[in-house]
Amino acid sequence: MLSEEQVKHIAKLARISLTEAEVKKFSAQLSGILDYVAILNEIDTQNVEPTSQVTGLENVMREDEIKEFSDKEGLLRCSPLEIKNNQIKVKSVIK
Amino acid sequence: MDLSFLTIKKTHEYLKARKFSAKELVKAYFEKIKKINHKLNAYVLVCEEKALSAAENADKKFTDGTVDEKNLLTGIPYALKDIFNTKNIRTTCCSKILENFIPPYDATVVSKLNNAGALLLGKTNMDEFACGGSNEHSCFGPVKNPWDLSRVSGGSSGGSAAAVSADLCVFALGTDTGGSIREPASFCGCVGLKVTYGRVSRSGVTAFASSWDTIGPFAKTVEDAAIILQTIAGRDEKDSTTPDKNIPNYLENIDDGVSNLKIGIPKEYFSEGIEAGVRNIVMNGVKEYEKMGAKIVEISLPMTKYAVAAYYIATPAELSANLARFDSIRYGRKPLKEGKDLFDYYLNSRGEGFGDEIKRRIMIGTYVLSAGYYDAYYKKAQKVRTLIIKDFEEAFKKVDVIIAPVAPFPAFKIGEKLDDPISMYLADSLTIPINAAGVPAISIPAGFMKGDDFDLPVGMQIIGPQFSEDLLFQVGHAYQKATDWHTRRPNIV
Repeated sequence: MLSEEQVKHIAKLARISLTEAEVKKFSAQLSGILDYVAILNEIDTQNVEPTSQVTGLENVMREDEIKEFSDKEGLLRCSPLEIKNNQIKVKSVIK
Repeated sequence: MDLSFLTIKKTHEYLKARKFSAKELVKAYFEKIKKINHKLNAYVLVCEEKALSAAENADKKFTDGTVDEKNLLTGIPYALKDIFNTKNIRTTCCSKILENFIPPYDATVVSKLNNAGALLLGKTNMDEFACGGSNEHSCFGPVKNPWDLSRVSGGSSGGSAAAVSADLCVFALGTDTGGSIREPASFCGCVGLKVTYGRVSRSGVTAFASSWDTIGPFAKTVEDAAIILQTIAGRDEKDSTTPDKNIPNYLENIDDGVSNLKIGIPKEYFSEGIEAGVRNIVMNGVKEYEKMGAKIVEISLPMTKYAVAAYYIATPAELSANLARFDSIRYGRKPLKEGKDLFDYYLNSRGEGFGDEIKRRIMIGTYVLSAGYYDAYYKKAQKVRTLIIKDFEEAFKKVDVIIAPVAPFPAFKIGEKLDDPISMYLADSLTIPINAAGVPAISIPAGFMKGDDFDLPVGMQIIGPQFSEDLLFQVGHAYQKATDWHTRRPNIV
């Protein structure tokens, strides 16, 4: 069971603001999902290796070459914030 | 112009014979889209001007006689799920947070299709960031099923499936992480291919769960799906998970039939949790193969019932990491409440911009990756994934391909499962294991399930070992030569 306090904590870690109503709803729904996935505890996986890549590729390397992207202005235009000297102006990070 | 069941092959013949021009064809599609799309909500954006100008180029090639004989895609109108980056064309992932995003480049597969001369008609509706099995989690609203407007299209690539089935394009692309191509293809009655992990480049396609995501076509026939894969498959230096592996000629053996093949029927996919009507339709399909000379073998995939749980740990974990980039700074929409500092800005941007299902999954992912829970959840899920892979390896020692239902039920009513995440997740219980193992599968129309107030398409999936797409086309095409389920068209009223 995930308490409302835990949901608030996770939401903060994930940088998502939630309303009180959402906290209540998600507390119940996330608890339900975690209860459901507990079914995996039925399986003994002590001597099983975890899989993170399914086709067997490993350490795919390439030359460390700089390639210029042709439309830098287009990239900056994607930002909803003010652009100054080819940089995006964000709100203060340090008080 | 009759656009009904217009395949790539037929369209190419007509274009070549100049029965109609690419421009006339594109105009006919936009006319039909204007007439029908508001009923289905399949397209969220149309690119009329760009498509018409691309059509003119295609027409020039046909009249000049400079069309490459082997390239069947010149002048063929198609649609893209709104998760594929398209240069200077809005790409939203059907999320409010990306409502104004205009990418400055094309995804690799989009460049490949456009270079082949295919004509992009527009972007299709989807579940937000490809998370969902009903296409109800979209900031543009749900897609309606062309066979019954009160029902869902399936998801997450619902718009692409509905557009192909309703003949609002010749083909479309979607993405499949846990069933997002095959399930809507089954619900809408078209062909949907989930490729081997890594067969098609994912560069320029917004990532959901990077070790599960695949890209594939929706088409009217198996043969068309083969033609599309021929163009989009292959190594891409921008996606290091695409192996440098030979791409066979997918049409070469497509007519070889099934008489020397062994087809496995996994008993877990025909269990009581699967509606009897669905089981019967798929078993009739299997009988059809038996008539064609295939040997039918009962097999077991014992880890099947654990796949959904492993998926709902592993993929939200990967999603939470992938979606961390959406903070309305480099791209996206400015939150209405900006807040006092950067931290507030993040909270509000994501709180306002993401829908319920995305919030749920990001939080699950954040939780299972957090200190103290990693081993119990994420690592456990990855170990179970290993066991699922073993299931398939064992099975493919005994049989060439596996045939099974795509979903436990046909298209359900809009709203029916919306507030019950787990019941929604079970819609993918028969497709998820395939993604876990990274093997390919193709969903093809296998019949209609009738009830008191419904008559809905049901798909069956043909599953093969890794990189056996050519075999899946061979098996699927044999069925489509013997039956006509795939030619049925919905009457949209």
